[in-house]
Amino acid sequence: MNRYLDNPEAIRALVRPDCVHRDVYLSQEIFELEMRHLWRNTWIYVGHDSQVPKAGDFYATELARQPVIMLRDAEGAIRVLMNRCAHKGAKLVSAREGHCEGGLLRCPYHGWTYRLDGSIRTIPAKSGYEGTGLASSTAGAGIAHVRNVAIHRGFVFARLADQGPGFHEYFGDALSSIDNMVDRSPLGRLEVAGGVLRYMHDSNWKMFVENLNDTMHPMVSHESAAGTAKKLWTGHPDDEPKPMAIEQFLPFVNGYEFFDKMGVRIYDNGHSYTGVRYSIHSAYSAIGDYERQMEQAYGAERARQILGEVRHNTVYYPSLTIKGAIQAIRVARPISPDRTLLESWTFRLAGAPDSLLQRTLLYTRLINAPTSIVGHDDQHNYHAIQEGLASDGNEWVSLHRNHTAAEADGLAGDYNGLSEVSMRGQYRAWARFMTLDMPARAAS
Amino acid sequence: MSAGAGAAAAELEQFVYDEARLIDEKRFDEWYELFTDDARYWMPLARGQPDGENHTSLFYEDKLLLRVRIERLKSPRSFSQHQPSWCQHVLQRPFIEDDGAASGRYRLRTPFVYVESRLDEQLVLAGIVSHRLRRETGVLKIELKKIEITNCDASLPSIQLFP
Repeated sequence: MNRYLDNPEAIRALVRPDCVHRDVYLSQEIFELEMRHLWRNTWIYVGHDSQVPKAGDFYATELARQPVIMLRDAEGAIRVLMNRCAHKGAKLVSAREGHCEGGLLRCPYHGWTYRLDGSIRTIPAKSGYEGTGLASSTAGAGIAHVRNVAIHRGFVFARLADQGPGFHEYFGDALSSIDNMVDRSPLGRLEVAGGVLRYMHDSNWKMFVENLNDTMHPMVSHESAAGTAKKLWTGHPDDEPKPMAIEQFLPFVNGYEFFDKMGVRIYDNGHSYTGVRYSIHSAYSAIGDYERQMEQAYGAERARQILGEVRHNTVYYPSLTIKGAIQAIRVARPISPDRTLLESWTFRLAGAPDSLLQRTLLYTRLINAPTSIVGHDDQHNYHAIQEGLASDGNEWVSLHRNHTAAEADGLAGDYNGLSEVSMRGQYRAWARFMTLDMPARAAS
Repeated sequence: MSAGAGAAAAELEQFVYDEARLIDEKRFDEWYELFTDDARYWMPLARGQPDGENHTSLFYEDKLLLRVRIERLKSPRSFSQHQPSWCQHVLQRPFIEDDGAASGRYRLRTPFVYVESRLDEQLVLAGIVSHRLRRETGVLKIELKKIEITNCDASLPSIQLFP
């Protein structure tokens, strides 16, 4: 199992311009290297600042399998600390969210306490450390930090590696999808609301991320779910208002032309979004006073611009995917080569009617929940790939659709929606950030 | 036993047992008929969740969504059911919370264990199922079936049938 360790050439060889080797999904060694390189060199999503509104509030999560605490410190700034006591390593908090009583983190094992900036405040019976090397050791420095944290309009990202691309350099104009989601609030602010759906998948994390902008699958994978909904609605007059669930299901079985014309925009570093011209969310009915509120907040023209941008899925490679048009995000948490936790978070648009949140919650429940029939179809197919790739005879996964030689000069730009270019872009980024900090193996 | 709108304990308890049996035997069309037109089939995502509108749920199905699920299970292109799932409810004796004598609504609370299996995987859920029933032309129907599982905040794999 040392085929890829410190061997960037072997890793790069897994990615060709129009296909990838199955080891990217199956190999335990590749997975470990992804966690050590790809997920450390890139900016990954931590949480949203509305989850920690007051000083001392915390939210505990994992980044590349490492436990971390996102908290708001005494000055009101967001920090990301390793969830590890500086002494013996116990996780400092085990609840998923909570408040640091008295503005302190206290280890449940030996009672070391820390300020919200991670520095040590007290150690019980401290005289035992006199004359020892504690003060000058790593332990003496307090809780380790994630040094590179960036917040974009409430969305908190971290880069675990000390060196690497800057936040804006990494995401570039892909951040416009987050901007559009936030701009949809008449007050320009989002709040996490409605709980989090946690769906365990028995497949590699990349199958989910790739699927988000795979527009060739809905009409096939989701025929049984959305096609059934469509059949049940058949016969109702065109002008009869559709139940929201029907409105949300129907576009999944739109034809190839719909998804092709929707378009896909590719950014550098693996980011992309489908729905450049319109999306499956475009035909939703207007909700109450919302448009009027938006016009009051932004002026008619700007409001029209914001609401006219109805993107489908945006992938913030590798960890986050968002649906700005309905204020829902999904976060991938890799566990092992064939196990991934997918979290679906939803947001309230501050200042907008509750019915928008309700629409979002319905969508998330219909499409992304462990109990969702659309989710069942997707999850089934990811697992089917995971098992199918064990077959010998073809070790490569085809990403040929609409590939052209011109892509060698760079991928950023707009393409037809059915193209597999978003996946080719992801693997280009994959190879780059897997090997960014890897020394070349010495010639033997 | 109460007179008037009330119901005998045995009838209410038997209704709960029969309802679970229809699911376990995959008699979903008959099961669907047990629900009133305004019914909800609800599995909250949070403990003590007040409603299914402003907080996500695992299930919050009206009759239309139940119908979609049932029809989908009949589709030969429900790929996640190639090898179908099977399930088994194990019910404790229901507690009758309201026998309907005064309210015309019957409420029962039943501790349960639910097992769902497919291929080599098996999922176990446990919790409390609450039934709110009423009579329509003399027949007991479900207004609300609320399933509160003990691990509602845990990560869960696919749940494909009906706890």
